[in-house]
Amino acid sequence: MLQDRKSFVAWLQAAPMMLIFALFFMLPLVFVTIVSAWDYNEYEMLPALSLRGYTDTFEGCIAELPGLCTILKTYLKTLKLCLLTWVLTLLIGFTVAYFLAFHVRSKTWQIVLSLLCTIPFWTSNVIRMIAWIPLLGRNGLVNKGLQGSGLIQQPLEWLLFSEFSVVLALVHLFTFFMVVPIFNSMIRIDKRLIEAAYDAGATGWQTLVNIIIPLAKPGIVIGSIFVITIVMGDFVTIGVMGGQQIASAGKIIEARLNALQFPAAAANAVILLGITIMIISALTRIVDIRKEL
Amino acid sequence: MGDKRSRSFYVLAAFFAAYVLFLYGPMIAIYILSFQGPDGGLTFPMNGVSLVWFGKVFAGAGIVDIGAAFKRSLKLGLVVMVLTVVLSVSAGMAFRKSFRGATFLFYVAIASLIMPSIITSLGIALEFRLLDDFIIKSGAEGWTTAMGLFTSGLGAHLTWTLPFGLLIMFAIFNRFDGRLEEAARDLGATPWQTFRHVVLPIILPSVVGIGLFGFTLSWDELARSSQAIGSVNTLPLELQGLTTTVTKPDIYALGTLTSAVSFLVIFSALIVILVLQARQRRHGSDAGKGMV
Repeated sequence: MLQDRKSFVAWLQAAPMMLIFALFFMLPLVFVTIVSAWDYNEYEMLPALSLRGYTDTFEGCIAELPGLCTILKTYLKTLKLCLLTWVLTLLIGFTVAYFLAFHVRSKTWQIVLSLLCTIPFWTSNVIRMIAWIPLLGRNGLVNKGLQGSGLIQQPLEWLLFSEFSVVLALVHLFTFFMVVPIFNSMIRIDKRLIEAAYDAGATGWQTLVNIIIPLAKPGIVIGSIFVITIVMGDFVTIGVMGGQQIASAGKIIEARLNALQFPAAAANAVILLGITIMIISALTRIVDIRKEL
Repeated sequence: MGDKRSRSFYVLAAFFAAYVLFLYGPMIAIYILSFQGPDGGLTFPMNGVSLVWFGKVFAGAGIVDIGAAFKRSLKLGLVVMVLTVVLSVSAGMAFRKSFRGATFLFYVAIASLIMPSIITSLGIALEFRLLDDFIIKSGAEGWTTAMGLFTSGLGAHLTWTLPFGLLIMFAIFNRFDGRLEEAARDLGATPWQTFRHVVLPIILPSVVGIGLFGFTLSWDELARSSQAIGSVNTLPLELQGLTTTVTKPDIYALGTLTSAVSFLVIFSALIVILVLQARQRRHGSDAGKGMV
């Protein structure tokens, strides 16, 4: 009896949050799936079964074989940006977390240094993106500096509004999403394990590969999921830092929406969702997230 | 690891310093550039020092109505903050007991957290569009839309802030000593009294943290708002629009201002947290003293 009452109270306490997720997350996803299979004209969506959203998306793909059609190129480009960002954020994030967890010995300094990394997040993402313009622009500090030192004659054009600037901004914005979970995993590693490894004659590198990386794996996976899902769906950073010239999966959806082609936008969202889910489920095979909380 | 710092320490410390410089460099550049003189442009060198661009932002000259967007973002951020705190604490309490659907709710929250924002945003836009179509078809005269800052926009922001709130609650209750509640119960406290006088004072610093997260996440939110907010824009959306049109340092001034707001909010929250923690240490716990 008491147990029943208790779990009913618990259910009531969780209900408001559940309701929000149902109304603004689950139901919308259902609509995305349904609408992706609807027909449309220039003005509105038509509730009739049609796969036009999908066929329009892949228009000309078969005709262009063995060449790649626009949509496939766009997805490959998105994957490439995602992969580059992932590798860089992982390397930088792991190193920073490693330093904080194993080389900074006092708790106070760990907190101070982590806070130092958090402060930039208090500035809006858009501002942090455009902050690169005075540095990377044609007359920016980097070009001026390089020209001044005589290393280059002409300003480098590829610094800004290029894939380079997109990846740079993504790494700048999202490396911290790697640092936090990896640091969290590392801080839980029993220091005696590392001492034992040293006592048994392991080199620093062997300790890193055989002890620290396996034990930090949950953090690495969680951080990777964050970075990959953010970059796969990103359209703001790629838009602003790519000078609106670089196509990406997110930008296709945005463009379709601006053209009021809702079923086509939804079809692209379903495709993007499918790819993201595949990547995440591959990652979660490596580690059970729930256990790590 | 001996007491003497190894060579790898210095290498890693240098790497860390480079990372911090990478994080701060660009931002400091725009904070400085927002004080550009009236004839200055978007890049260095500075052409004099002035507050001219801040004046332009406040006057709204040349750019969209920033003041209105600012107020909208602030209002939405505050509502999101309150709702995030209340719903997260409530759900956090629920997860300490077992209830049907607990695992499901957990996975939904995680899914919402890692869902590419554009998909959530698109879904909410579609949902409201279908709702509008339905209302118009059922004969409502002159109906325009149910979309708005505090309907679809609020919902979009909550799908982003609530998972963070819930995860923070998990972290809090993982370290919570349940014996304190048992003691309260043994002394005859009702569940509400136990919560109000025992649990809440102990978790309060972290709860302030959840509010802080809720506000700042909403304040800077862009991707989820992009399609779901309706006809009015929040500040980040206005800012994004400005990046393609504005070629003057007023956008940097705006950036400096919005950062200043974030800093202000976060420092006040940190001070509140520190005061609460200091009070807890001084009094042990102030449970039962009547004030929260």
